[in-house]
Amino acid sequence: MWTWEPIRVRLSSLITAYWADPVLTAVQILMVMIGVILVMAFYTLAERKIIGWMQSRRGPNRVNLFWVPGLGQPFADVVKLLFKEILVPGDANKVLFRVAPFLTMIPALAIWSVIPFAPQKAFANIDAGLLFILAMASLGVYGVILAGWAANSKYAFLGAMRSAAQIVAYEIAMGFAMVGVLMAAGSLNIGRIIESQHGGPLSWNWFWLFPLFVVYYIAGVAETNRAPFDVAEGESEIVAGFHVDYSGMAFALFFIAEYVNMILISALTVIFFFGGWLSPFDGYLPASSLLAQPGFFWFGLKTLVPMFGFLWLRATFPRYRYDQIMRLGWKALIPVTLVWLFVEGVLIYCHVGPWKGHI
Amino acid sequence: MMFETLLFFAFSAVLVGAAFGVILARNPVYSALLLVLCFFNSAVIWLMLDAEFLGIVLVLVYVGAVMVLFLFVVMMLDVNLEELRKGLAGYWPIAAVVAGLMVFAILDVVVVKHLGGVSLGAAPPLPADYSNTRVLGEALFTRYAYPAQIAAVILLVASIAAIVLTLRHRPGVKPQNVGEQVRVSAKDRVRLVKMAPEKRP
Amino acid sequence: MNAFSVAAFNSGLTLATPEIFLGLAGCGILLLDLLIGDERRHWTAALSIAALLITAVLAAGVEVSGPVTALGGMFLVDAMSQALKVVALVIVAVVFVYSIEYMRHRGILKGEYFVLGLFATLGILVLISAASLVTVYLGLELLSLCLYAMVAFDRDSGRAAESAIKFFVLGSLASGTLLYGMSIIYGVTGSLELGTIAAAVQGGLATNIGLLFGIAFLIVAIGFKFGAVPFHMWIPDVYEGSPTCVTLFVGSAPKIAAFALAMRLLVDGLGGAHVDWGQMLVVLSVLSMAVGNVVAIAQTNLKRMLGYSTISHVGYILLGILAGTSQGYQSAMFYTITYVIVAAGSFGMILLLSRHGFEADRIEDFKGLNARSPWFAGMMAIFMFSLAGLPPFIGFWAKLGVIQAVLGINAVWLAVVAVLFSVVGAFYYLRVVKMMYFDEPVDAARIDGSPLMRAVLSANALLVLLLGIAPGALLVVCAHALP
Repeated sequence: MWTWEPIRVRLSSLITAYWADPVLTAVQILMVMIGVILVMAFYTLAERKIIGWMQSRRGPNRVNLFWVPGLGQPFADVVKLLFKEILVPGDANKVLFRVAPFLTMIPALAIWSVIPFAPQKAFANIDAGLLFILAMASLGVYGVILAGWAANSKYAFLGAMRSAAQIVAYEIAMGFAMVGVLMAAGSLNIGRIIESQHGGPLSWNWFWLFPLFVVYYIAGVAETNRAPFDVAEGESEIVAGFHVDYSGMAFALFFIAEYVNMILISALTVIFFFGGWLSPFDGYLPASSLLAQPGFFWFGLKTLVPMFGFLWLRATFPRYRYDQIMRLGWKALIPVTLVWLFVEGVLIYCHVGPWKGHI
Repeated sequence: MMFETLLFFAFSAVLVGAAFGVILARNPVYSALLLVLCFFNSAVIWLMLDAEFLGIVLVLVYVGAVMVLFLFVVMMLDVNLEELRKGLAGYWPIAAVVAGLMVFAILDVVVVKHLGGVSLGAAPPLPADYSNTRVLGEALFTRYAYPAQIAAVILLVASIAAIVLTLRHRPGVKPQNVGEQVRVSAKDRVRLVKMAPEKRP
Repeated sequence: MNAFSVAAFNSGLTLATPEIFLGLAGCGILLLDLLIGDERRHWTAALSIAALLITAVLAAGVEVSGPVTALGGMFLVDAMSQALKVVALVIVAVVFVYSIEYMRHRGILKGEYFVLGLFATLGILVLISAASLVTVYLGLELLSLCLYAMVAFDRDSGRAAESAIKFFVLGSLASGTLLYGMSIIYGVTGSLELGTIAAAVQGGLATNIGLLFGIAFLIVAIGFKFGAVPFHMWIPDVYEGSPTCVTLFVGSAPKIAAFALAMRLLVDGLGGAHVDWGQMLVVLSVLSMAVGNVVAIAQTNLKRMLGYSTISHVGYILLGILAGTSQGYQSAMFYTITYVIVAAGSFGMILLLSRHGFEADRIEDFKGLNARSPWFAGMMAIFMFSLAGLPPFIGFWAKLGVIQAVLGINAVWLAVVAVLFSVVGAFYYLRVVKMMYFDEPVDAARIDGSPLMRAVLSANALLVLLLGIAPGALLVVCAHALP
């Protein structure tokens, strides 16, 4: 006699195996996403305020929240963008035009799944986390290219082409810098990369891998199409580049993705070169003291510094010309990383530096 | 196990469908995007086989770099596939025969049992701290060091060939010489002249 | 798969000294070329030739008592590999000597030609010493990539670009076929190492249908790399379209690589399945001899004619391989080596006659050569007689060898076909000779060319004559290489 019973048992076991945990995970994912988006929202405000101060202006100060002038500005922006119509140009490729913003947004958020915020606190502790980051980061370019192409506009297309060439070029330098990090850590796992840097600020990778750190940060700025590498949207030449035809929330997705990527690059810089969630007093104060404990606090605090750097760079430097960008990427950054990888290899081989016992 | 088999079939179905899409799509940009989808699905299948390094590298190299450049070129060229496709339909019987033969051949090998080829048996279970990346790295630097070096030479040759076939020194262009610019110092450009603040009476 | 040992790997490196030296020399010359100005570009050529000759000495100096595998089972040194390597290196050096003047006249004397040539040679060496499907493929791909780029080297020439694209597309298709065949063979035998594959095939897999499919794909790829009919379409176009110095390169040393490819895959790896691939090769061989010789008659362009002539000679080389006996392999190796020597010389003659703005690649350009230079007319006659297979030139012994080999397996009809088509082939070679001696010159320009090139070309021709009178030494080398 055929019964449902075995199938039901099988299904329920499947459901418990694959879906019980995911409910919890989904909640956590949601929390991180909301957190990231909130940080992003206030980051835009911070950008306008800080650049304003650097230029002797006040910055946004009209929308009050909790009686703080300007604090409500991000929410006002969101509401404005939400209510705007999403225009699709008549000759645009309708499908790709609508898909492109998502293709930019998804990789920007997906990478957060392997970022450890505190010891053992990452969604996916995968073995090849570094590679995963590289792979996901390299996907962001699709949204840009498709947006530029689908809009069927010259400015958008030019912006997309510039951006694609720039991202592909700087990805190489960025990848090489990461190779240096993985050589130092002896692992591709993000958690292990952080743990391998324990022992105070001088054991963090920035000290021994200083050229790689500089290259990584510059490449990160270029990857996110931020000033001074923002030729992809260069207002004075091609209006707004690849997203010139987007409006409303479709534009907002590109905007959010850009800022999320900036936060991400900052977080990764901290993870790779500044010891992630490790405390700066680690190794100087006794291990039991409160200040020497690793945790999210240190991670968040450190991340703010490179985030501020992004804004500082934007307020300071004029935009690079396109050929200068390519020149810097191919002829300066990549050779620097290659040379330093060689030096690092020699250091490790000769047991100089903190990396003893790798081989 | 069953769930994984289901997943495998699901991803394979998408893979095969996307592969058909690559050759049937009317718009070359769609073809390229469907190829990206193919790569993604193959990467997932590799991940399911515990070959995580290969899976991620497939995405990193092919999706992240190679296909971007493909898209770049396809978008710039504005290829009219309809034009190119003219008369292609006449070849389908030959194509079907060749494709059928290849499928048959590969099936032959996959179903080794029927043919009595050497069966390697099921893969041994992996140890808990198995790292695909580490194992591959060790293999590449020991047993396969020689082929890895040859492959490196091939890449070198590819870049030499690309440069020699495309690099042109156009006469009459005025590129900036960064070295010269950097070497310029203030005393070459600026002359400080001492002048009295006002005319002496 | 035996265990890997670092000590064994390191000691195996001494066996690979020629390859290592050539690879480093290629990189070094690539860098040095940056420092050499355009006027002194011949120094790059000189350095490259020196590198090749040193590598040849190193290759000859490797002590081999029997077949030895090294470098993790990827690398094989035996008497055959040693002999083929030395021949390939010397031939490439000769090719470089012939090329310099021609390239200077056309303004394409660039260091990259020599660097690519060196790396192509490295590919040939890797292929010759391959002991695994991986190295077979990598060697072949290294060689092919260099050749594609070299064919397109004269980038202002539309014909060169066209032939390069044809070569590239067809070549990639052949590489794909090769990989497909290899993957099937790996699936059936469970190994990439030729030795293990051979054991598996001997162990009862010879009649396996999957293996048969794999062999068929390999044969397609081998046929393509040799240029055997029906995979010969690229040969005439590439020979005619590319600059003559590249035609010379493509037409000489890579034939040795193709021979090594066939020997390594078919004999070393799949020797137990000789019945299968032997039959396939019969088809390729007969078709090549027929098409090559018949179509060559209709050509007016000498490079194209020599292209079809190559196709026909490939048919004869395949005759030796398909015999499946050691006598057959020896004769095929003998044929390959002698053909490469003669082909280098005949293309060298075209290069010698060409000058600024004049290609000398039509058969008419050789009219009345005797009146212009009796010495070089004689040299060209030697090459043509040898290609036609007339005694006492070396080509005669080569043809005799392969025909004896097929007679040795009682394939009388194959021998008859081979003789018949060599008679057909004699016609177009002798036509060139007739034009040189009995027609009026249409072009009275003095034959120049550097003294070095003249000397080497003369030595090349005299070698053909000398080996024809006394082929014993080369025969002994081949017999020693493939006992």
